[in-house]
Amino acid sequence: MEILEEKKNKNKKYEPILEGISEWPVYQLSKNRKEFIEEVTRKSIERIRELRPSNKQLLDDLQATAYREQNRIKRNRWRVDPKDDSSFWSDVKNELVELSTKTPDELTAPIDQLLDRIVHRYASEIAGSFKPSSYRFAREVVKFWFSRLLNGARVKKFGAFFRNQYTLRDKIHIVGKVKLLRKLARKGTVVMVPTHFSNLDSILIGWVIHEMGLPAFIYGAGLNLFNIKIIAYFMNSLGAYKVDRRKKNLPYLETLKMYSNLALQKGAHSLFFPGGTRSRSGMIEKQLKLGLLSTAIEAQRANYNSEGEQRKIFVVPVTLNYHFVLEAPELIEDYLSVKGQDRYFQENDKYGSFQLIRFLMKFFGNRSTISVSIGPALDVMGNYVNEEGHSLDSHNRIINTKDYFISSGELTVDRQREDEYTRMLSQRIVSEYHRINRVFASHIVSFIAFELWQKKFHQLDLFNLLRLTEDDLELDYQEFRAVFKRVRKQIYLMKAEGKINFASHVKGKADMVIGRGLDNVGVFHLNRPLLKNKKGNITTKDLSLLYYYHNRLVGYGLEQHI
Amino acid sequence: MSTERTHSKTSDEKPIGVIGAGNFGTVIANMIAQNRKVLLYARNTHDVKNINEKRQNRGHEIHENITAVHDYKLLANACDVIFPMVPSAHFRSMMKQLAPHLHPYHMLIHGTKGFDITLPEGETIESVKKLDRSMVKTMSEVIREESVAVRIGCLAGPNLSKELAMRQPAATVVASHFQEVIQTGKKLLKSDRFQVYENNDIVGVEIAGVLKNIIAIASGALSGLGFGENAKGLLISRGAVEMVYLGRALGGDLKAFLGVAGIGDLVTTCNSPMSRNFTVGYRLAKGEKLDQIVADMHEVAEGINTVRIAKKCADHYKVRALITDRLYKVLFEGLTVEDALDFLMRYPLNVDIDFI
Repeated sequence: MEILEEKKNKNKKYEPILEGISEWPVYQLSKNRKEFIEEVTRKSIERIRELRPSNKQLLDDLQATAYREQNRIKRNRWRVDPKDDSSFWSDVKNELVELSTKTPDELTAPIDQLLDRIVHRYASEIAGSFKPSSYRFAREVVKFWFSRLLNGARVKKFGAFFRNQYTLRDKIHIVGKVKLLRKLARKGTVVMVPTHFSNLDSILIGWVIHEMGLPAFIYGAGLNLFNIKIIAYFMNSLGAYKVDRRKKNLPYLETLKMYSNLALQKGAHSLFFPGGTRSRSGMIEKQLKLGLLSTAIEAQRANYNSEGEQRKIFVVPVTLNYHFVLEAPELIEDYLSVKGQDRYFQENDKYGSFQLIRFLMKFFGNRSTISVSIGPALDVMGNYVNEEGHSLDSHNRIINTKDYFISSGELTVDRQREDEYTRMLSQRIVSEYHRINRVFASHIVSFIAFELWQKKFHQLDLFNLLRLTEDDLELDYQEFRAVFKRVRKQIYLMKAEGKINFASHVKGKADMVIGRGLDNVGVFHLNRPLLKNKKGNITTKDLSLLYYYHNRLVGYGLEQHI
Repeated sequence: MSTERTHSKTSDEKPIGVIGAGNFGTVIANMIAQNRKVLLYARNTHDVKNINEKRQNRGHEIHENITAVHDYKLLANACDVIFPMVPSAHFRSMMKQLAPHLHPYHMLIHGTKGFDITLPEGETIESVKKLDRSMVKTMSEVIREESVAVRIGCLAGPNLSKELAMRQPAATVVASHFQEVIQTGKKLLKSDRFQVYENNDIVGVEIAGVLKNIIAIASGALSGLGFGENAKGLLISRGAVEMVYLGRALGGDLKAFLGVAGIGDLVTTCNSPMSRNFTVGYRLAKGEKLDQIVADMHEVAEGINTVRIAKKCADHYKVRALITDRLYKVLFEGLTVEDALDFLMRYPLNVDIDFI
């Protein structure tokens, strides 16, 4: 079995673009943490008041909030939740009951006070705290242990544990527009928007950012991750702020958006996973969450409106490409169980610290590569940006991004317009994902095999198809090979048109590349999603998993070449 | 000093641009000129001269607030809001010339009811293997592709130029993703004789406005054969169903087809001997040949090209579009109007509405 091994990475390390940590925006932000929380609170309240001008409307919303919060406490409690959660919300509830008897005019003072208490609580809960000492410590720990794990798991000799034969850079390939990103990070504020397939993505991206010589980014990490103590420690020290997906109420969402908005205005490079949660189906995100994305546009407009330096915001799409996603079996199961229903995914909290270490051992023990593609930088309207930070139109003429916010010669605030801009930006990011997506041989073979089976059993719907047993599923190798060549040719053509990208191992003799694909697709799962049987034909041990890996290439119109 | 105070916003003094001094362009320019200065772009300098000196164009009196120009740069620099009103066949080349002078703050509201098609070199609509949505674009999509303008809207609805010019009651839809655009369009066009409706499905409204021209030709043909109101009622209702099928395949939403830009415009055009598309059908039924008809028309009948495009798209997306298909055969393959009608009346299809 040939497993695609990473070659030793010859790239030299990138120098940090800022000298000391004290200059990092994220550090400045947490040094003034208290003031920042006050500012977030104040501005969030202004925004909520703008959205709910009458006391009656606000009261309705607060009642809904209290009701949902109490429900959450009853039904879905997490270790990380504060001790006084229950008492706080029952206080709020009682106060609301009292308020509901008052006339709208008497309401103003007490309801504003109550809103302030709630929003301040949320803002403090969301805010991260970046500490240089623990950042440095965390970074060293990560480097040291990752390196130990990598070498220990890889080099099968006694004492290998302490060798430095492999480093993370050999395992993780960074490709794409790194230089541009480094330049722009000095000129403006960067919002990095990666695809999201695995729980490992956050750590991976954190390392990639450091490796590219960039200062730490702030990012919204799911609060559920903070249930795991080790991760909570690292996250806290890395400047992560907390996003609690259980809370869908207006005051919370507005506070969260304001936090991101103001942090961007203060120049803190940020990271959003715009898909919101890990892709359950294995498909590249088609629909992005617009909430956090809209803060990039708002912050840009606010920057243009400010007296001082009109810092530009750059949006950088990133795709993470794996042969193998450890959580794939659970993810696809989730996906299939809710397909067709509009249901919220419960975050499962099966992982504790022990499971995490086991996960990492597996991750480093296996020898398959990961590649991270850094996309070209965009302005907040999705126009490409050159090295000077200028936005360009399709004919390379310079566009003044500020003009998007100008009406009748003046900078205006128009929320409906900005909502529309957010939608446009999200479409641009999705199309950019498809463009920079680096296809692996394993993705191609999964895609073809599943599509061939689907075509063969076209009378079955997806769920009936997935119920077929191994005996029904066999593809003639020659037929498979012919289709492979056809699809690969199409991928070459699309690459020439700039619609997709592929890893270099996709080139070469068809038999060899198919072999590589088969050997690598989801290789460390208990049941291999794709393999050759004794007759040399293609078969599967887990069709659902195959479906997951197949999905990576959905959305390119390759189906018509099957 | 006092004069400056009365116009607090500079933009209210900025003129409004209208591109295209055809019938519709001239009428729209006249309507806007009721409250604002207008720069009207005309393609040839002769028309510019005529408008500016004789205050006449295509039989319309020209409002004193209108100045004709022949310079895109001047127009784009002077105006924040521009109404492109040129035939679909020239739209893209017009945009290519205008685009270098546009900025993201510009607002473009077009009134063109046709498709733009991009074919591989050397191909025609008939010879090309398939025609799909990547090759067929609405005008708002052309604006997006060719320029940095994003605040785009369109006008659609029963807007026969001659009736508008006579200030008869009428209505239009301004469609845009942006409220700002809709409100601006409303403010500029609305009058006591002209109602303006809002819609945010711009592509749906554009497609409805384009497809109705097919049915308009068919309606003219029925009239030409001397048939009466029963036949017309049948055509309009079945035509509307066909528009919905085709429109959905091309990415429009059902609602747009039920509104002013869909049914409203359809009924108007199908009853109007004034409409160019209707006239084409009428004369065909009287036995004239297409080339002959086109040769002595002053302005483009968008419907002729639309039939070619819609038929090819219907083939590709496997949409049943019987009227379009028969009309295509009449226009380009020598089928007589009588035979086409005969086919449609015999076709075994009895479900009335199956899309709601």
